[in-house]
Amino acid sequence: MNALQSDLFSALPELWVLSMAMVILLLDLFLKPQQRILIYLASQLTLLGAGVLTVVTHVPTVGYAFNAMFVDDTLSDVIKVMMYIGTSLILVYSRQYLQLRGMFRGEFYALVLFSLAGMMVMASGQHFLTLYIGLELLSLSLYALVALDRDNVRATEAAMKYFVLGALASGMLLYGMSMLYGATGSLHISEVSSRLMNGGDHHAVMVLGLVFVVAGMAFKLGAVPFQMWIPDVYEGAPTVVTLLIGSVTKLAAFAFVIRLLIQGLAVLAVDWQNMLVIMAVLSIAIGNITAIVQTNLKRMLAYSTISHIGFLLFGFMSVSGNGLASAFFYIASYTIMSLAAFGVILLLSRQGFEADTLDDLKGLNQRSPWYAFLMMITMFSMAGIPPTLGFYAKFTVLQAALQAGYLWVVVFAVLMAAIGAYYYLRIVKLMYFDEPQDHSPIVAPFGMKAALSVNALSLLALGLLPQILMSICAYAIVQSL
Amino acid sequence: MIFQDFVFYTLAAILLIAGLRVITARNPVHAALFLVLAFFTAAGIWLLLEAEFLAIALVLVYVGAVMVLFLFVVMMLDINLDRLREGFWSYLPIAAVVGVLMAVEMALVLSGRYFIEAAAPVAKPAGYSNTAELGRVLYTDYLLPFELAAVLLLVAIVAAIALTLRERKDSKFIDPAAQVQVKRNDRVRMVSMPSYTEPEAEQAQQELKP
Repeated sequence: MNALQSDLFSALPELWVLSMAMVILLLDLFLKPQQRILIYLASQLTLLGAGVLTVVTHVPTVGYAFNAMFVDDTLSDVIKVMMYIGTSLILVYSRQYLQLRGMFRGEFYALVLFSLAGMMVMASGQHFLTLYIGLELLSLSLYALVALDRDNVRATEAAMKYFVLGALASGMLLYGMSMLYGATGSLHISEVSSRLMNGGDHHAVMVLGLVFVVAGMAFKLGAVPFQMWIPDVYEGAPTVVTLLIGSVTKLAAFAFVIRLLIQGLAVLAVDWQNMLVIMAVLSIAIGNITAIVQTNLKRMLAYSTISHIGFLLFGFMSVSGNGLASAFFYIASYTIMSLAAFGVILLLSRQGFEADTLDDLKGLNQRSPWYAFLMMITMFSMAGIPPTLGFYAKFTVLQAALQAGYLWVVVFAVLMAAIGAYYYLRIVKLMYFDEPQDHSPIVAPFGMKAALSVNALSLLALGLLPQILMSICAYAIVQSL
Repeated sequence: MIFQDFVFYTLAAILLIAGLRVITARNPVHAALFLVLAFFTAAGIWLLLEAEFLAIALVLVYVGAVMVLFLFVVMMLDINLDRLREGFWSYLPIAAVVGVLMAVEMALVLSGRYFIEAAAPVAKPAGYSNTAELGRVLYTDYLLPFELAAVLLLVAIVAAIALTLRERKDSKFIDPAAQVQVKRNDRVRMVSMPSYTEPEAEQAQQELKP
């Protein structure tokens, strides 16, 4: 095997996903509208194939490819498999929604696969350029997806906001990277790291670059004070796209932070940890307090995302394997919860009706006890009530922060989580103790109902047996860093 | 060397002024034209650095294609300048404070000699091909970002078409391919009708019968 072949072999899942995205674009041209289901099946096949390729080509060692711009390690493999599962669930949940709104077209599936490829590149990037292009591939696809419902004014406005602010954040990220390049003379993550260890007189420039990099990343994660876009985009975008932005992309953002801050700039940890503490505290406070007054369910979940991102940042307080594993555990749990919560919104939506206000959940128990139960598990998990997965996720990140010596910050976070429990439990109250406002039957394909049930019940199952997910996360971190 | 320095500082000064005018010019068409000037002088600086291919590509692609298209778009759009400037004065104080603070901070950090000093580049011998070197690097060391950038452009095309291509209900558009493939059966309808004979002929027929 020559060098190029081994390079291509390491990036096999990415190549497969990109090729299939293009095949789907072409396939769409030759299909009649009633045959579009083939596109859906081809997309699911793509995800399955990518999963098989990732697992089969997995080796426990760290392998570099493409002139060390791309890394194939356990962390990237685990994150990618999680992304496939999440994206597959998104496609299952979104099929009926898209069909009812005339958005069941090849472009949607191609753009979702392109954004997945961008996320995969972010998970494997080992060079500033690769990381940046992966991020842009993801962002550009997302801008288009948000605006895909063209005649919807709110979606267009959300896409415009997302695009302008996203471009600004990318600019900041690039500017920070250029500072780091000026101070170290390299764009390779590993070389930046090793030159930082050796030479120490570029500290001022490095910190200036770091500020811009952290600001750019915080925007993509949606941490306060870079959170302005999240509520508007979550509310304005079609719910299926909100589902994508709110779940799987956070995994990619996590990988991005690991690659840049932990692998590249660990020497500057003292500097960026202070920034992260401030952002974490503000995110938890503003996210939880603002969510209380929301009447729109999607907007409420947007603020809940902001507070969850604050908790995620606690995991980065200690640059130990333990802290990073807990951050990984948190973001994986958050992805599962978010998929289930938006899945219920999609389930209750129907032709010309979006179930996106709190009133739409009223009396869900009378309409369907089973889905009310699933939503209750999800809300308990988001609030962090044992024995659900969300409890262990919060528990481990707070433990990591406590070990890093942030006692008062942890106390504050627990208080805020208690405030946050109010608006999650209010949904449970609405579902069980209020009279339903509409009595229309809940219609959904069997696959979606089954997937949603498994999704929500897994929160309970993994909450009872958190070691399963935790050991995967810890293994991935230990093997890769 | 002195002459080269003179050329560099002249070009750099024009570039900075043009860049400043892009964002301060009142008229968007003027701003776009200043951007053309900025591209042109940047190409001049690249020529000084012996990066001929990049310089020519900048002029051909950006000045020749992108900016001309951009100018057309700017001229087509009816931009209401007063609405764009709405709220300028109310945001100015806080924007000025933040901007000045950032500028001072950056000046403090960047004016120090913190950056790695690159060795002065050695002049390349005659016959050295910039284009070939760039191509070699793009297809070897930077293969992955190069191909990913290509995918990025594809996504941009798909997104642009998906967002703008729409079938208007009042459009009289006819697909030529469908028009050519039309068959007789699509246009001509064969109708079976009961035969009708003239009463006189009927009589004649009856007379013929015995």
